[in-house]
Amino acid sequence: MAVLNVNGKSLQANADPRTPLLWVLRDTLGLTGTKYGCGIAQCGACTVHIDGVATRSCQVPLNSVGGKKIITVEGLAENGKLNKIQQAWLDLDVPQCGYCQSGMIMAATALLAAKPQPSDSDIDAAMTNICRCGTYKQVREAIHAAAKA
Amino acid sequence: MTIQSSFGHSPLGRRSFLVSGTVAAGSFSLGMRLPFAGSAEAAEVKEINCWVVIHPDDRVVIRIARSEMGQGTLTGLAQLVAEELECDWSKVTTEYPTPGENVRRNRVWRDFGTGGSRGIRSSQQYVREGGAVAREMLIAAAAAEWKVSASECAAAESVVTHKPSGRKLRYGELAAAAAKLDPPKQVPLKDPKDWKLIGKPVKRLDTHDKLTGQQIYGIDMRLPGMLVAAVKACPVFGGKLKSFDAAKVEKMHGVKKVVSIDDNAVVVIADTYWNARTALEALPVQWDMGKFNELQQDDVTAMLKEGLGASEAFIGNKAGDAQAAIDGAAKKVEAIYAFPWQYHGTMEPMNATALYTPDKCEVWCGTQNGEAALAAAAEAAELPVTKCDVHKLMLGGGFGRRGRADYVRQAVLVAKQMPGTPVKLVWSREEDTTHDQYHPTTMCKLTGGLDASGKLVGLHVRISGQSILASLAPQNLQNGKDNVVFQGFLPGGAEAAYGYDVPNLLIDHAMRNPHLPAGFWRGVNANQNAVYMECFMDELANAAGQDPLEFRLKMLKPKNATVLKAAAEKAGYGKSLPEGHFHGISQVMAYGSYVAAVAEVSVSGDGILKVHKITAATDPGHAVNPAQIERQVAGSFVYGLSAALYGGITVKDGAVEQTNFDSYNVMRMDEMPDVDTVIVPTGDFWGGVGEPTIAVAAPAVLNGIYRATGKRVRELPLMNQDLKKGA
Repeated sequence: MAVLNVNGKSLQANADPRTPLLWVLRDTLGLTGTKYGCGIAQCGACTVHIDGVATRSCQVPLNSVGGKKIITVEGLAENGKLNKIQQAWLDLDVPQCGYCQSGMIMAATALLAAKPQPSDSDIDAAMTNICRCGTYKQVREAIHAAAKA
Repeated sequence: MTIQSSFGHSPLGRRSFLVSGTVAAGSFSLGMRLPFAGSAEAAEVKEINCWVVIHPDDRVVIRIARSEMGQGTLTGLAQLVAEELECDWSKVTTEYPTPGENVRRNRVWRDFGTGGSRGIRSSQQYVREGGAVAREMLIAAAAAEWKVSASECAAAESVVTHKPSGRKLRYGELAAAAAKLDPPKQVPLKDPKDWKLIGKPVKRLDTHDKLTGQQIYGIDMRLPGMLVAAVKACPVFGGKLKSFDAAKVEKMHGVKKVVSIDDNAVVVIADTYWNARTALEALPVQWDMGKFNELQQDDVTAMLKEGLGASEAFIGNKAGDAQAAIDGAAKKVEAIYAFPWQYHGTMEPMNATALYTPDKCEVWCGTQNGEAALAAAAEAAELPVTKCDVHKLMLGGGFGRRGRADYVRQAVLVAKQMPGTPVKLVWSREEDTTHDQYHPTTMCKLTGGLDASGKLVGLHVRISGQSILASLAPQNLQNGKDNVVFQGFLPGGAEAAYGYDVPNLLIDHAMRNPHLPAGFWRGVNANQNAVYMECFMDELANAAGQDPLEFRLKMLKPKNATVLKAAAEKAGYGKSLPEGHFHGISQVMAYGSYVAAVAEVSVSGDGILKVHKITAATDPGHAVNPAQIERQVAGSFVYGLSAALYGGITVKDGAVEQTNFDSYNVMRMDEMPDVDTVIVPTGDFWGGVGEPTIAVAAPAVLNGIYRATGKRVRELPLMNQDLKKGA
């Protein structure tokens, strides 16, 4: 039984210690906002923050995250108030199907924390998530909008 | 999106809602916030007609039969209903009726199929009528209450006003009385000049929950006691499962059962997906790879090449005598193009959850065709359709893939072996990549004849390759011919007509069907047909010594010409560009709409392509939501350019070689060009939006590459081509 710190709560997770954090979040803890896309750290749909760093949770075994601070997309809003990135996403109507957007939002939130005024090339470097609907143009606009907010 | 459930009268006669942070099991599904069955409020919620439900507090629920997969159909269709309903848009939410409910109510919601960019254009008439009928019933209820003539009353913003006296009643107050009235037989629809909501760039209705992790997709489905299954089908299509050694994995962590389904797949059922998958990977399996296990990609190429010169072919479009005109032409131009298999690559892999008992079967999934999913569930369950239902969930991408119900069948076949236990079947990305229904592969030989003045006098287009209908729906072939192959090449009609006036024309198809199943893939056959035609038009223009735009405009039909000119003007075609930048153009008519693109590209000395900007023009007739059209157009370039740059499925020993996004790459943000969308609606027809633009993406870029390098790329994907000058 592992004890995880997820979204500020201490949660018990009964799973094989080698299980990727992605599947612990989704199947064991019921936090399905973090998505499975590829399982090989290519697509970024499973991005969460581990001690503030945007991390692809499909590659992180459960036994490596004890004591670390994990934030998922469910933990970004505070008392129902969306964070700056989420709000910009809402204002600019960014998502289409939305499946990749949890990962996009986690990556963008970490980017703004590290670089409050990112350039287009900063955005290109940080936002390597795959979106098949093709929201890239709106994602870029929303990151710039959030940086100004 | 707050889509939910439960009204005063359910023909199912039961209410079994699970409010465990998951999903309703009622006859109307989606979303999270459920009014509780039997509550006073639920009893007051009134269905005015099948499209419109009104709550006492004026909230309006609009029923949507088509599936949302990102294309914005929930919002667009709701706009159409709300326009006629004259309701307060800020109070509108949507919900899906289930396919089973549609069967029980004699298909009152008509077609659930979501594909072919048809959602709005093929249902706009009856959904607007649905809104108009509901509005008239609400007005009639108010008039009856006031004992005045309905003609003295008007509806706006969810309020009916008696004009002479100024008395007002809210829709929420009128709904109960209105619901008891007989609907009027005929209601005139508003004149488009009076539209207040149609044509406005209103925000999507389904954004909020996609930002917080609350949106439930099929793969997020959870039910009490649910197990999760991982599946592996025979690596070669047409092969079979020979045997497997369940005892080797049955003791592994969380494993509940190992089963086979149909004659070609093995499944591990466990407590979590990871445990199921880990055991499946450890499971010893013997396959009978079937008759295609020695087939190589070169064999497929040879099969298609043979068709290019075959004497027999289905004719799709014919005018005059193309061969004679080409033979007598002053100049002859010939080229052969090739288009590979492509993978859908929805971000959410295929999955479905099924709960089977001997007298009932329910399925929860994302599907583009709820009724096909229901039929597949009933067939797999061996139960009558009336004892089955499908609860549609948000799709993490569709692109045509989720029009198929193979994954629904699999989930039910698994659940059938665990009666009473809900089972969620999830495909790995690897399973999804290797067991798709691929974009068909074809080759094309084009031969054109120019007269001494450079006019195109004869054109023969020979397509050789795969038919989607032969793979998916052979009953729809017409004497063996697949008309869908000729998308964008048809002699006329409102769907996908050929845009050029060529006096002597022959477009034909030698059907050659290799063993990978073909399916509808966003944009479908317009995609490669536009590459063939629009790149070859550039080759012809070059041979004629003319500018590609001028050359086209001499032959293009008026609406095609108008959109191409609109794109060219906005892009500044023909004016000076930054050093090393070049324009390529293309146009097509497909899905009832006219689209064109101008791509601005550069190719560096070492052959690196950069697509700087694409200017795209669209005439969809009526532009219901310009903001969503812009997003569909920009997204179409991502889908279309991903395919052009990287999209290529190949086979080795009969099996698909690519397995995940590392071997099947797609475009990322750093490659995304700036997209400038010009919407030029002529307002005299209803065209589709989600797909047509994909077709112009690749040819515009390929034509730009030619301008930049002098190289004609005639085979995709581009990653396999050397674009270095002189290479």
